[in-house]
Amino acid sequence: MADPIVLAEGLHKSFGGTHALRGLDLSVPQGTVCGVLGPNGAGKTTAVRILATLSDPDAGHARIAGYDVVREADQVRARIGLAGQYAAVDEKLTGRGNLRMFGRLYHLSRREAHRRADELLERFGLMDAADRQVTGYSGGMRRRLDLITSLILRPEVLFLDEPTTGLDPRSRGEIWDSVRELVAEGTTVLLTTQYLDEADRLADDIAVIDHGQVVATGTPDELKATIGDHLDVVLEDPAALRPAAAVLNALTGTDPTMTGDDGLSVALPGGAFRLAGIVRELDRAGIAAADVRLRRPTLDEVFLRLTDRKENVA
Amino acid sequence: MTELAEVVKRHSTEVTPSMGHRLRWTFTDGLTLIGRELGRLRQEPGELITALVFPAIMVVLFGYVFGSAIGVPGGGDYREYLMPGLFAMVTFSAVMAVMTRTAADASRGVMDRFRSMPMARLAVPFGQTGADLLTGLLMLAIMVGAGLLVGWQPHRGLIPTAQAFLLMIVLRYALSWVGVYVGLAVKNDQVADAMVPLFLPFTMLSNAFVPTEGMPGWLRFLADWNPVSALTASSRELFGNPGVPSGEVAWPLAHPVATVLLWSAALLVVFVPLSIRAYRRRGR
Ligand SMILES: Nc1ncnc2c1ncn2[C@@H]1O[C@H](COP(=O)(O)OP(=O)(O)O)[C@@H](O)[C@H]1O
Ligand SMILES: [Mg+2]
Repeated sequence: MADPIVLAEGLHKSFGGTHALRGLDLSVPQGTVCGVLGPNGAGKTTAVRILATLSDPDAGHARIAGYDVVREADQVRARIGLAGQYAAVDEKLTGRGNLRMFGRLYHLSRREAHRRADELLERFGLMDAADRQVTGYSGGMRRRLDLITSLILRPEVLFLDEPTTGLDPRSRGEIWDSVRELVAEGTTVLLTTQYLDEADRLADDIAVIDHGQVVATGTPDELKATIGDHLDVVLEDPAALRPAAAVLNALTGTDPTMTGDDGLSVALPGGAFRLAGIVRELDRAGIAAADVRLRRPTLDEVFLRLTDRKENVA
Repeated sequence: MTELAEVVKRHSTEVTPSMGHRLRWTFTDGLTLIGRELGRLRQEPGELITALVFPAIMVVLFGYVFGSAIGVPGGGDYREYLMPGLFAMVTFSAVMAVMTRTAADASRGVMDRFRSMPMARLAVPFGQTGADLLTGLLMLAIMVGAGLLVGWQPHRGLIPTAQAFLLMIVLRYALSWVGVYVGLAVKNDQVADAMVPLFLPFTMLSNAFVPTEGMPGWLRFLADWNPVSALTASSRELFGNPGVPSGEVAWPLAHPVATVLLWSAALLVVFVPLSIRAYRRRGR
């Protein structure tokens, strides 16, 4: 296999007493989308800032397209685009004014900077707002402008740090479409997110991080497979919740979580559970179930398991 | 090959861009950032008008309000005495203007975008200070117009007049680097905005509006060594305006031109490297 285009090995970073990263490893093959998934404070932004040459690691190293992010920062900068949670554009300028300015700062000629600005505005649906001041843009429009600003030089690797946090579903869908288009053209994307469905939809591979370390990697399907199937039980009588929970706990060794006012859900610890056996146990305890079902876990459940109970995984 | 493709290729094949390239980039990127300020002004003409009307209001306010009560040491028209002080005050405002703009860029992520781009490293602070110089010149021009209207004028001919304005520009440029550094240090636009009034004493604690002779000893010492005082004193001397001290005065006021130049050099020597280090620092 070809060398990964983004490679991080053993990244450490502390801020005073906070260890933001403790030996983070990442590897992203060219042309794929890597979803970096983690709760708030997991170290996602810190990792992206190091990869984008904005911050130096205390230990470990990282390479983009083979270039070291510390020693060959200029080479790295020529190959990356960065768009973040906050729209890093000049609010006082128009959308077009921003793109032209940043185009010039990428050392395009005036003519080319203007042409590229128009091309991007047209393609990403901002032409109508091109001559309005960014202050008047909606959150989604700002984020889109921020995104296309980072595309001016056609980066090989695009870093997106929580690109849809705080956006309405429609704007989120528009950002997703844009990302898919870029990937179809061969751009490699490293995307951090707190939203599981975002990673599920966009990412080829996911790295789940918590407390500055990768706690699991794999495709969305592989991750779902790691925690076994899920059992959902709906009771006929909500009063039976407590005894039903006791039965499920005895069977699986974990406390089930409530779903609605009359349902229970629990992860099955791998293998030998048969639906029939579970129903029999409930029956024996005198509990009437309206519905008992086995299903694949959602990525949310995987995520909660991985980030809550890290000791089981590590 | 399209131009875009060429630029992409140039950026990514030159392992270390040559010295010449870097210098040219510093210059052109700086110009682009100056253009950015002009673009902002075009978008917000209200801000421009405020910026321009403000000096004129000050001339009228200070000139007629204070002028009615304060006697000029050694005699003479108060408005003639006042104008060099107002020029110095406007010059000093570079610190606050550049500080708030730099802090806004740093807190909104614009600075990070600059730093993640293959730009000349010095371009951002140079662009910002260069842009301030441009707005500063505009403000000075308005101030001159307002001054002429209320009866102020330079009396000593072209060369000294030009020297006086040159000193203002030199000191303004040096002060704007203080603004860059403070803005990068606070990194937060709200904090920076809140800090603006803290700079007021720097202009008031000077000979700009009243002579320093009447101040208590320690205050007078600070006022005498304030660069604002030196700039005011040098303008009074070079314009031939009243208020040039006679007799025993502190060294900086006896040699105001040298003091302004020394202050400018000292500020640049200290704050240019500090600012550049703060800009490049990648600890965060
Ligand atoms: N500049 C900083 N100064 C101090 N602590 C920081 C700084 N940046 C991040 N941290 C801390 O490092 C940890 C990881 O932060 P971050 O990378 O922003 O997480 P995420 O982006 O996953 O939410 C958090 O505990 C955060 O408080
Ligand atoms: Mg973050």
